[in-house]
Amino acid sequence: MRVVEKRQLLSAEEISRTLQRMAHEIVEKSGGTKDLVLIGVRRRGVPLSQRLARIIKESARVDVPVGTLDITLYRDDLSTISWQPVVQSTEIEFPVDDRDVVLVDDVLYTGRTIRAAMNGLFDLGRPRRIRLCVLIDRGHRELPVEASFVGRHVQTTDTEIVECRLQEVDNEERVMLVDRVA
Amino acid sequence: MLLRLQHLLGIESLTREQITFILDQAKPFQEFQRHPLKKLATLRGKTVALTFFESSTRTRISFATAAARLGADTMNLQAESSSLKKGESLLDTVRTLEAMRPDGIVIRHASSGAPEFVAARVEIPVINAGDGTHEHPTQALLDALTIRDRKRKLDGWNVTILGDILHSRVARSNLHLLGKFGAHFTLCGPAMWVPRELECLGPNIRRVPRIEQALEGADVVIVLRVQTERIHEPSMAAEEYILGYQLTPERLRLAQPDALVLHPGPMIRGLEIDDAVADGPQSCVLEQVTNGLAIRMALLYHLTGGAPADAPHPAKEKSSAAD
Repeated sequence: MRVVEKRQLLSAEEISRTLQRMAHEIVEKSGGTKDLVLIGVRRRGVPLSQRLARIIKESARVDVPVGTLDITLYRDDLSTISWQPVVQSTEIEFPVDDRDVVLVDDVLYTGRTIRAAMNGLFDLGRPRRIRLCVLIDRGHRELPVEASFVGRHVQTTDTEIVECRLQEVDNEERVMLVDRVA
Repeated sequence: MLLRLQHLLGIESLTREQITFILDQAKPFQEFQRHPLKKLATLRGKTVALTFFESSTRTRISFATAAARLGADTMNLQAESSSLKKGESLLDTVRTLEAMRPDGIVIRHASSGAPEFVAARVEIPVINAGDGTHEHPTQALLDALTIRDRKRKLDGWNVTILGDILHSRVARSNLHLLGKFGAHFTLCGPAMWVPRELECLGPNIRRVPRIEQALEGADVVIVLRVQTERIHEPSMAAEEYILGYQLTPERLRLAQPDALVLHPGPMIRGLEIDDAVADGPQSCVLEQVTNGLAIRMALLYHLTGGAPADAPHPAKEKSSAAD
């Protein structure tokens, strides 16, 4: 499958400013950070959640616990692919019961990843509340999932792909809109 | 790297990469055992046929629990209650099960080679849970995971295996696996159970007649059970075995101070292993059991999960000619 870049959605600088803004929003709209936890959805939700926690620590002087969640085992499409995808570990070192969870991911699209993430979370306990924070919301929801904290809303077509490149994973820092070419 | 393995029949044919992959994939399943809710839907709708033609409690329960936690259903065949007593052949038993469309077969059998025989004749993945004196691959994998977790690496250890090695599929699988990771082996037990031919299984295998010698410098000690039910020749008198080959705390001190003690279970306390060693800090027996569950979940996930292979229905496609 060949892809061609159509345009850049966020530069490195814009990613940074967006995360700053979202971190502040999370603190403002949580009615207190006592039970707040951030859980990054593998893969790219993980560095994003860690950066958000760092910003919150620097600005609000609060240590928000951060965990990582791998959703492979909770996917709804496993029976359609012949060789099973590699499972990574979920690392959540704190109890999830009664916590104010903010799930963090890079792109919100159909909503199936977040459905899987919630299933994974409920295996661990019963959070008081779950909200979603994403860098990009690209529409095309197939399930009733919404994000409370959004970096940027982007209109996309079915063939387009939003590609997030983050330093920690890709050694690059930007968000692009690419399209599949015949 | 995807596993790209259809069956798990033995360790001998696996590469280091495949083994490392399986051990790495067991890690999330180790973490999973600590969840309050231990039930996934990952293999929901899949059925795993557990065909244990030889009696087993721990391995069977381990596989059954692994399947259940992944959300799969199981079909249970056990030697005592099976139609084998009525004279049905292995192939017919397996074909009968296959006609009920399981997504994978886990098989333990008293004959070496039975899983391979079955794998050649069915369309679904086969996992060997122990065949005769040939291999017990999941045991070796969980042993390797235990060693790697405790010692932070798998390469180059001095491994001593004690006991009836001749009749031990566990020993063979361990020799294959750790051999691929550069282990140096010392085998020790009553002479009739540690024949010279075992040294041919790898480049760094030696036999040693006395246990004290065998334990010197060992990083890992694998203690095997005296298998009173499998051997036909008169077994050694218990007192003689204890005198010559029991792993006691005093003897264990001859090994490295941080040497691990592994036992595939079930242990016969007071025979091949002393209570103090079995319950001591160097003993890994309980971790082995927990790791066994993680290994088996990882294997069931990778081998029986996913899209079904395009298999023709056995009843329609196979001829009834004898194989």
